[in-house]
Amino acid sequence: MLDDELRELYQDVILDHQQDPRNFGPMQHPTHHAEGFNPLCGDRIRLELDMDGDRIRQVSFTGAGCAISTASASLMTEALTGKTRAEAEAVSQDFRDLVTGRLRDTEDGETAETSRLGKLYVLAGVQQFPVRVKCATLAWHTLAAALNEEKPEPVTTE
Amino acid sequence: MFDSVECNSMETLVSPLENTKFDVDAVRRDFPILASRIHGHPLVYLDNAATTQKPQAVIDAIVNYYTSTNANIHRGVHQLSVDATRMHDNARAKVKSFLNADDVAEIIFVRGATEGINLVASTFGKQQVGPGDEVVVTAMEHHSNIVPWQVLCEQQGATLRVVPIDEQGQLLWEDFESLINKRTKLVAVTHVSNALGTVNPIREIVDLCHQHGAAVIVDGAQAAAHMTVDVQDLDCDFYVISGHKLYGPTGIGVLYGKRELLESMPPYQTGGDMISSVTFEKTTYNTLPHKFEAGTPDIAGAIGLGAAIDYLRELDWPAVCAHEEELLTHATDALSAINGVRIIGTADQKRAVLSFVIEGAHPHDIGTILDYEGIAVRTGHHCAQPVMERFGIPATTRISLGLYNTRDEIDAMVCAINKVKEVFRC
Repeated sequence: MLDDELRELYQDVILDHQQDPRNFGPMQHPTHHAEGFNPLCGDRIRLELDMDGDRIRQVSFTGAGCAISTASASLMTEALTGKTRAEAEAVSQDFRDLVTGRLRDTEDGETAETSRLGKLYVLAGVQQFPVRVKCATLAWHTLAAALNEEKPEPVTTE
Repeated sequence: MFDSVECNSMETLVSPLENTKFDVDAVRRDFPILASRIHGHPLVYLDNAATTQKPQAVIDAIVNYYTSTNANIHRGVHQLSVDATRMHDNARAKVKSFLNADDVAEIIFVRGATEGINLVASTFGKQQVGPGDEVVVTAMEHHSNIVPWQVLCEQQGATLRVVPIDEQGQLLWEDFESLINKRTKLVAVTHVSNALGTVNPIREIVDLCHQHGAAVIVDGAQAAAHMTVDVQDLDCDFYVISGHKLYGPTGIGVLYGKRELLESMPPYQTGGDMISSVTFEKTTYNTLPHKFEAGTPDIAGAIGLGAAIDYLRELDWPAVCAHEEELLTHATDALSAINGVRIIGTADQKRAVLSFVIEGAHPHDIGTILDYEGIAVRTGHHCAQPVMERFGIPATTRISLGLYNTRDEIDAMVCAINKVKEVFRC
């Protein structure tokens, strides 16, 4: 049973995104960017966005981190491409609710939230590992900073 | 994918180490927490550099103190105060003996090694380090032995200089020699590196520094539990330890300082107990060690530390050291044999600490998987970010040994590492 929780955490999709992160690399002319840092484990991420008005045309990231933070960032870039700012913020909230165990019980099938989350739902296993929540949310905190671009300092999870 | 690596159950693997007089099974029974199960597995506690577990004798000493002796010290005519004062004094005498200091006046109780370093920085440091002077640290220091000196140098207009380390994680001696000069007022160096396990040649360092008139403060937080520390033999000017890394409670530590230096230093904090007389015109400070201990101290903590020292002194210390050395060798050999494992810190002289990275698996993920096997390790930068930078890595996984660890626990850890490799296919 305990191994099941580990298996849930390190699903194949997560390992795949860790080993082969999507949208990984610097962007030529980002319109928005932000840096995130988790001082507890040293994970760093730089997130770059190419915004077309209110819509995210492209999003990419660079940095180094654990499997959870890398997979979360990679899956996030896929999920956000083409989304409006408001849609991105809604997904971001749903994602944070998911990994902190605050999302509504989904045993009865899909809810609006799980449907919005789509593939990101593979990170649901993180809720069994409270010390790893910050790994999963690093990219999303950085996203909020990039969208607002009001913080000149890198965001940290602490 | 998690099932093909078979690890033997710990319960079936209890065998005393050969070639030592040290009965590790008997010692383990002295530490109640070691009977715990974590995620269904027996606890394998390999995070002793962060903090050590406490023997029943220490737990009892603290409980007994609060149960039957609790009172404030140095200020009561009543019996409990007299008893508490005697117990507190006895604890200081035990520390004096443990470090082989010349006098109990040289033993200052503080909250831990960090406070001991801060005390020296803000008293001796402010007094002795001026504009144009230099303070020297090494590239393997814990943040607690970097930041106080950095701040001191900023405040005093002095320069912080850093002794580099080689690929094995050893001080580069020629660079060290060339950094020390007549402007060097203070050298801060760790006895044992918390991130690499390197043992530094303190005696030689002290000789070098004293030739140039520089004082030496030694961070002994990672040394005192793993070797004999004799401050008179080392001839260092200051030495700091943390009680909780020495099988004692948290919140108590010790600053040793040479008497003549402590006498000439200004006080650290002011208040009650550190004075001999107060009028609104003038205050006269108390004698050592009380001059540096303002306010009611952590009485129970000091008594707990005294109990830890008593506990350690009843063990066959050379056998304890031999046991830990054998475990470190075994762990080093076993991890080195795993494909993709790189050990960070391969100094010729090492104690109790083994840091490593695995190609393709991040330390944080390794830590989570090991935790699920009941194995407690530390992952991250170990408050030594300059060390991580030196080796070009963001973090390591660190196992650190205590006297109660066993060869079987090392084998369980190695087995779990193989599980990590299977999960990450690396």
